[in-house]
Amino acid sequence: MEVRVANVRKEFDRFPALHDVSLDIKSGELIALLGPSGSGKTTLLRLIAGLERPTRGKIFFGDEDASQRSIQERNVGFVFQHYALFRHMTVADNIGFGLKVRHGPSRPPAQEIRRRASELLDLVQLSGLEKRYPAQLSGGQRQRVALARAMAIEPKVLLLDEPFGALDAQVRRELRRWLREIHDATGHTTVFVTHDQEEALELADRVVVMSQGRIEQVGTADDIYDTPNSPFVYGFIGESSSLPVKVENGEIWLADRPIGLAAPHEPSGDATLFFRPHDVELLDGCSGCIAGTVAASRRVAGTRRVELEIGGERQRVEIELPVDHPAAQKSRVAFRPGRWKLFPTA
Amino acid sequence: MADPEIKSYEPHHESQSAAVTESRPARVALMTVAFTFLGIFLLLPLIIVFNEALAKGVGAYTQSLSDPDARSAIRLTLLVAAISVPLNIVFGISAAWAIAKFEFKGKAFLTTLIDLPFSVSPVISGLVYVLLFGAQGLLGGWLKAHGIVILFAVPGIVLATVFVTFPFVARELIPLMQEQGNGDEEAALSLGANGWQTFWYVTLPNVKWGLLYGVLLCNARAMGEFGAVSVVSGHIRGLTNTMPLHVEILYNEYNAVGAFAVASLLAGLALVTLVLKTLLEMRYGAEIAATRGH
Repeated sequence: MEVRVANVRKEFDRFPALHDVSLDIKSGELIALLGPSGSGKTTLLRLIAGLERPTRGKIFFGDEDASQRSIQERNVGFVFQHYALFRHMTVADNIGFGLKVRHGPSRPPAQEIRRRASELLDLVQLSGLEKRYPAQLSGGQRQRVALARAMAIEPKVLLLDEPFGALDAQVRRELRRWLREIHDATGHTTVFVTHDQEEALELADRVVVMSQGRIEQVGTADDIYDTPNSPFVYGFIGESSSLPVKVENGEIWLADRPIGLAAPHEPSGDATLFFRPHDVELLDGCSGCIAGTVAASRRVAGTRRVELEIGGERQRVEIELPVDHPAAQKSRVAFRPGRWKLFPTA
Repeated sequence: MADPEIKSYEPHHESQSAAVTESRPARVALMTVAFTFLGIFLLLPLIIVFNEALAKGVGAYTQSLSDPDARSAIRLTLLVAAISVPLNIVFGISAAWAIAKFEFKGKAFLTTLIDLPFSVSPVISGLVYVLLFGAQGLLGGWLKAHGIVILFAVPGIVLATVFVTFPFVARELIPLMQEQGNGDEEAALSLGANGWQTFWYVTLPNVKWGLLYGVLLCNARAMGEFGAVSVVSGHIRGLTNTMPLHVEILYNEYNAVGAFAVASLLAGLALVTLVLKTLLEMRYGAEIAATRGH
């Protein structure tokens, strides 16, 4: 099912949580809403679900306007961060709940509900736990049950709110892979919210980066990481370093020296230069480079991260060096960013 | 949101460190004080009640209880409880739902209002009804014109009892529902359940122990209430006397056996309430502790 969010605004007590957000979600797509807390990602998810009503704008499921439909009518599968399993029901009863509360002929007989529940338990790899209660399951198992419960109603869209947020790192990675497999097997249109960029980039077909109630960028992991379209996205996704620079006649200047980067299409004026700490070229001499004094050096996993003081303005940037690179021992390091991007200073 | 499921349902086995463990004499002294106090102020009176009730033998005891006025008092007490407890269950659940599950203006006011019966003397609550429904009262004339009798009759007793007991269920449920939040209800709605199904299959089971607890306390108070009921009942023997009022009348007539026989029923009710409460706590203690807010 295609989902289209059209110019949606949402206010809570006149405080805007979302400003004019539009988003097209393709049928069968696995999409991540990524952003820091307060960016509006959970609000957007809850609006799609029907747990909130938009202040303005519309939400379409296919060609049908779903904005005024209640959550029951929208037929979405919603998975909560804290699972929200019914603690007094067994695993099988939890999964069967959505079928049991149906009315009339659409309600399957009890035996059929039981069969569906065990089928879904097989799918989420928890066969044999039908009779357990939620309190008797681990966090990862509870989240699988919650997903099975959401899928039991054959939802048009599957919505997951920080599905792995309450789990430890090991289980998160495992469940992430497993969710991708389930998605590929079932083909549900799936939207999940996360503040973990690794999770979003690894799992989703497309990532929606959000900040302060707005969508900053929508794209594949490659788009988002390689061509961020705003300082926020550059800073939020992956490691980044930035320096205030000046553009003059198509050349980039740091204080009073050109740093050997040409920017022929950029307008002249103040700007901020962004680059990735690991994507730098170390230089010996310095005619057209960024040079700095080593202020600190830390070993981080397979690399060495060096903090440099640049120029007189006490600007600090971080670059990454191979662990055994001789430059790490020096007191002064010169480099030039490999891939970089300029954003004019507002 | 606190996740109740993460909370351990295991009872706490507190391992006391040597530093905070009192010496043996100190422990013995503390326990002696506690038990002596309870013995003198609670256990002894209870024993005396039963002792006095049976002072002239079992025959006199059963005869006192089969006295028509005593029977009518027992019937009235049961009737009043049977009306006011269900009313307060409905009210308590509605109030707790409103306060815990959504925001509205005047919420703080409602919360304070619920505590009113606890903070005001029951006699005052009774007097309020007299001022409201009495012959000279605010609505007295209108009621009389329409032939509706509230004061010195069963409706007045029920009203006074409802007033005095309405905090019990609500107070028990509010912290519980607040702690549980809306997550389970949202999940049920997203699975297609309507409001009634959500309440019946999800909300009610989540609060059932707290509710039972509140109902138990509410019932004990409804049957035992004296002050408010005394003001509105008019003490008409065989008609508007509840058990506590009947006890007082008999006692004032120096009918000790009769008074204590009826009192023993009330004491018995208290004991049954305590036993039920203890059984509930034993059987579902961990669950109640995990779902109760205080």
